[in-house]
Amino acid sequence: MSEPARIDCDIHNEIPELETLYPYLPDHWLDYCRESAFNGPDAADYPENVPTAAREGSSPKPDLAEVQSGALADVDIGILNCAYRVQSVRNEDLAASLATAVNQWQVEHWLEKEPRLRASIVVPSHSPPLAAREIDRWGDHPGFVQVILPVRAEAPYGNRRYDPIYTAAVKHDLALGIHYGGAPGHPPTPTGWPSYFIEDYANMAQVFQSQVISLVCEGAFERFPSLRVALIEGGFTWLPSMMWRIDKEWKGLRHNTPYVRRPPSEYMRTHLRFTIQPLDAPPNPLHLAQILDQCGGEDLLLYASDYPHCHESQDILLDLLTADQREKICSANARAFYRL
Amino acid sequence: MTAQFDSAATVDAGTVTSDRANGHDALYPAASNQQGTRYRAPLDTAIIDTDIHIYFPTNDVLRSYLDEPWRDYHRTYGSRGFDGSHYPRAMPNAARHDAWPGDGTPPGSNLPLLQQQLLDQWNIEIGVLNPLVGAGEQRNLAFGAAFARATNEWQLAEWLEPDPRLRASIIVPWEDGHLSAAEIDKWGSHPGFVHALLIARTKEPLGRRKYWPMYEAASRHDVPIAIHFGGAGGVPITGSGYPNHYIEDHGGMPQTFQSQVISLIFEGVFKEFPSLKFVLIEGGFAWIPPLLWRMDSAWRKLGSEVPHVTEPPSDLFRRHFWVSTQPMEEPFRPDQFRQLLGQMDMDDRMLFATDYPHWDFDAPDRAFPVPLDKERRRKFMAENARALYKL
Repeated sequence: MSEPARIDCDIHNEIPELETLYPYLPDHWLDYCRESAFNGPDAADYPENVPTAAREGSSPKPDLAEVQSGALADVDIGILNCAYRVQSVRNEDLAASLATAVNQWQVEHWLEKEPRLRASIVVPSHSPPLAAREIDRWGDHPGFVQVILPVRAEAPYGNRRYDPIYTAAVKHDLALGIHYGGAPGHPPTPTGWPSYFIEDYANMAQVFQSQVISLVCEGAFERFPSLRVALIEGGFTWLPSMMWRIDKEWKGLRHNTPYVRRPPSEYMRTHLRFTIQPLDAPPNPLHLAQILDQCGGEDLLLYASDYPHCHESQDILLDLLTADQREKICSANARAFYRL
Repeated sequence: MTAQFDSAATVDAGTVTSDRANGHDALYPAASNQQGTRYRAPLDTAIIDTDIHIYFPTNDVLRSYLDEPWRDYHRTYGSRGFDGSHYPRAMPNAARHDAWPGDGTPPGSNLPLLQQQLLDQWNIEIGVLNPLVGAGEQRNLAFGAAFARATNEWQLAEWLEPDPRLRASIIVPWEDGHLSAAEIDKWGSHPGFVHALLIARTKEPLGRRKYWPMYEAASRHDVPIAIHFGGAGGVPITGSGYPNHYIEDHGGMPQTFQSQVISLIFEGVFKEFPSLKFVLIEGGFAWIPPLLWRMDSAWRKLGSEVPHVTEPPSDLFRRHFWVSTQPMEEPFRPDQFRQLLGQMDMDDRMLFATDYPHWDFDAPDRAFPVPLDKERRRKFMAENARALYKL
């Protein structure tokens, strides 16, 4: 059987070090960074040497050549998700200039050199007006298909404070990508700070769940009916349980949020897409098939390798799919979602 | 049975258009399913209710169980917890409208009314009291310990002694492991007290070592630790800040329970306390299978950081945890509920609960969205609780 075309919706291009951005920073911030010995964003949400950070033969911060030989070997289009955490730089103006520098670097070092790549706009999302300005700066560049936000933020993304970001994204017909990580200063769990990285890692799925609740229940999709959101690197097998729970909540509590006019699961299916790595698959393929059926997964999932991160094989999922479903998940869903 | 299945997705189905047009009909029950009465299960088993809430009728009653200086302290400073993270609820005291005694005292504070509306009406054989009165959330830990002691004395005097169907929770000032251990030692061998009660939103994840003296005492007395919906530990209910609405707080509680499970398992609590049992109350349960899959997968890749976790997290969970049934997630189709039970593989760990007198009360005959076989009904409605609590 010939393999269908593949679009990889999660490839990482990370800034090697702060100095990489020096050529793109205004003089004021260049001097400031040098004088203050500022090292870049204070986020330890994915230590470089943990076992999942890089697969065999890859480095945690691959350069273009590595991505070309590693991630792009068998895909038609790859979407870059740069996880540089400008949002954890408290100085909003510095964060904004760093974001501009990151995006300029993405254009020069990635998009202009490799036509199979698309990129995500890094924005200082803790300052939505500055983030909107950054989206306007790059929104018409054909290489950018998405605005990337860390899943952990100061407030959940359904909050109206983020509306300038969504207005700009919708204006430029860009998707929103909510991605693993972030360092907003408060704890990563509803019960405070865990001791181990493996807890942060496992807990990240719950933060994605909280963002889904927020986007739906705070009415973001009613305010922005064309907003489309990819949940990247947060798993998806929890989606049916989330739909059931929030639909039931809505049945009892919708007078709290009268602008949520339809069952929450409808908004989820209409506006959200999910990348497939990490898969967090059950050991029994039958259970995975049930999950796909329960949430209508064939229309919601986006193929992704999460390169260079190292996860368990996605074959347990791909092997379950019919040729038609495989074509959707491996490329058609992404093509429609990202307008490729 | 599908004709009687009343899923959340059928509500307002008339406004649903976009997904229908996209071929999602199979995800929704047919329109005719909106009609008729919800499925009612036969009440042919014993019933043990594992989640009943009681409250002090007045502050004076609470103070009558406090010694000085705490009686005066409470009069002067009141209850001081981690404020600023509560949401206006859907209805007063989050209670059923018919549960107000009518004399100005709150729902759940009047034994005759509770007997009439719950124990007698539903023929409840045994009911477990979970008083959520705030003792554990006091910032003044010494006052919290006195408050906990007062609550325990009050449960014994005013609830257990008058009605032999009732069992109590050991209320503890959980943010101090040693004070909590002392309270568990005080009541741990009393047959009327069946578990120690915490709330889900603690100040730190419950696997942290500051809580371990409490677990040591619980292990000593073979008393399960119950973690109940709610609370406010001083940090946002999401890992991404405070949401705006009660529906997000109420609907976000499963994320809190998941964080506690992750913490208890990965911080090594069960290596240190191999016989310790946890009961998750009012947290739902559909999130359990995907959480177990994610934890197992994370452990296979990242387990080297936590060498004290020597077996798959899913095995630890199924061995150490019990879950109450209310409020339960309701799948779109009845067969999906059975799929969920199959994925969980925890038929011996499900504990029926009503959550009386709260608004999202589950009646014993209408709690489950699908018919269950007799064996499951027996286990879920009473026998699992009887075995766990040695009733």
